[in-house]
Amino acid sequence: MLGFIKTLIERTPLGLLQLKHDRMRLLVAIAGITFADVLIFMQLGFAAALYKTNTQYPRTLKADLVIIGTQAKNFGKLRTFPRRRLYQALDVPGVASADALYIQSVDWRNPQTRKKTSMLLVGQNPDRPSFNLPEVNQQLDAIRMPDTVLFDRASRGKYQDIITRVQQGERVTTEIGRRTVTVAGLFKVGASFSDDGALITSDQNFLRLFPKRDAGAVSLGLIRLHPGSDPDRVRAAVAARLPDDVQVLTNRGYIDFEMAEIKATSPIGFVFGLGTTMGFIVGIVIVYQVLSTDVNSHLAEYATFKAMGYRNAYLLGVIFEEALILSILGFIPGLAIALGAYQLTATATALPIAMPFGRGVIVLLLTFVMCGASGAIATRRLQAADPADIFS
Amino acid sequence: MMNQKPVIAIHQLDHYFGTGKLRKQVLFDINLEIFAGEIVIMTGPSGSGKTTLLTLIGGLRSAQSGSLNILGQELCGASQKELVKARRHNGYIFQAHNLHGSLTALENVQMGLEVHGTLSKGERHRRATEMLKQVGLKEHIDYYPANLSGGQKQRVAIARALVSRPKIVLADEPTAALDKKTGRDVVDLMHDLAKKQGCTILLVTHDNRILDIADQIVYMEDGRLATQPESVAMS
Repeated sequence: MLGFIKTLIERTPLGLLQLKHDRMRLLVAIAGITFADVLIFMQLGFAAALYKTNTQYPRTLKADLVIIGTQAKNFGKLRTFPRRRLYQALDVPGVASADALYIQSVDWRNPQTRKKTSMLLVGQNPDRPSFNLPEVNQQLDAIRMPDTVLFDRASRGKYQDIITRVQQGERVTTEIGRRTVTVAGLFKVGASFSDDGALITSDQNFLRLFPKRDAGAVSLGLIRLHPGSDPDRVRAAVAARLPDDVQVLTNRGYIDFEMAEIKATSPIGFVFGLGTTMGFIVGIVIVYQVLSTDVNSHLAEYATFKAMGYRNAYLLGVIFEEALILSILGFIPGLAIALGAYQLTATATALPIAMPFGRGVIVLLLTFVMCGASGAIATRRLQAADPADIFS
Repeated sequence: MMNQKPVIAIHQLDHYFGTGKLRKQVLFDINLEIFAGEIVIMTGPSGSGKTTLLTLIGGLRSAQSGSLNILGQELCGASQKELVKARRHNGYIFQAHNLHGSLTALENVQMGLEVHGTLSKGERHRRATEMLKQVGLKEHIDYYPANLSGGQKQRVAIARALVSRPKIVLADEPTAALDKKTGRDVVDLMHDLAKKQGCTILLVTHDNRILDIADQIVYMEDGRLATQPESVAMS
């Protein structure tokens, strides 16, 4: 092993020198890998952002256990179950409280542009915070007033004027259905793909806005436990107590449920997986082109090296050295551009797109694989370097 | 001299190209002995099998039948791995210089040492510099081949071939691409360095102007070797 490292340090960096010698080819290769990496970063970023936006409210739920209908699909499409289940759950030892959430998509008129857009309307019990959102929880008194809502200021769309006016304490009104509602305050979560944003109001206001909905048909149950109770054990007890029309999940279990649902049913995984694969293939093709051209133009030299007694493995090493250098040189600008593009996307779409460290590592590894694969294909051309042919 | 063992000893060597019906014999019953320090020129019409014999001696092709003993090692029936190792004992000089275009003259010469894997980087650097000095390219060690003349490139190639002090140097038409004076200079240089290092040179050439440096001249025609001078009159 030590000998191997020593050989590495002592050897002439032939791959590096070859790449350096033909600057144009090097630039093309780096540009190609950078392009592929940016593509992959964007696809992964979008996918992660979509998963995150579609689970933002589930992630902020202030509950130890969550009850949802058996037919529930996701936070925006939960279906309803009887409110009686919540009261039944209160029987189970360890359960401290059980509150209902009412959730439904609604068309509201953007107060600024007067255009209709889809918002997620959440009705909660104003007596107890349902979300880990301090801004909301401080304004719970405001939504006790009839026809008042809190507005997610990170919603997608033109809301700048309204946000300023609300912040200055002005009274801003708009329409939901046939009712006039007042935007009483602001909070910040962010847009999702299905809804441009969300409004939070009290359960009473929610039922006023949806006159056809029955107060006994709730979307989601929030259960809080007495301190010191084991959530898993109480969850099992509650699940055993309640009939099959509901499922009982721990907080973590509910987030996993949402994630699994999105991954299984939405095209996000497929679409962005496909996009990632495309980026990967584009990268392979470009790097292969560059490396095979490089091998071709050095065939006579390689044959000479073989005649001098260099093993085939040495030449393979040179090609993989080039592949490794290219992947690192292509990854760095790729990462930089992707960071800029993330920033741009975040500003333009209000999607929570960010660069976790792990993704950087994954894409770097993908780049190694990409360049390695191209290198492996390119090495087949090495067979053409026959030392017996150079004497002619 | 005669009681010494030959560095190259070839006995009843036959060689064929192709397989099955297309199988064609290109070398017939070659017998040749070359002793240490000798300069042997092999000449003859093109297509006579000179280059094939040279590649067999150099371990670039596998010998098929007969005996081909190079520096005491039998290459007939040797494995590919053994052939690769055997190549390292030889220095090669080609018609086309085949220097690596991405490497400077110095780096090209160092590649001739690196293959042995025994010398440190600093030592390789020192020896390669010294070698380039000997071929008269002291001022050009950091030049890329593209910036050197044909004669200078061939000198770099000679330096690369000789830097590891090989026992045998195999040269294929080293003067073909050079003008008369440059060709002469290159051959003289090979001659001087080989004599100094005591290595054996086997040189294939059509160039009659350089025959005078040879200790022994052999003639190849239609795959057969002849050492008699009368053959030259026939050809």
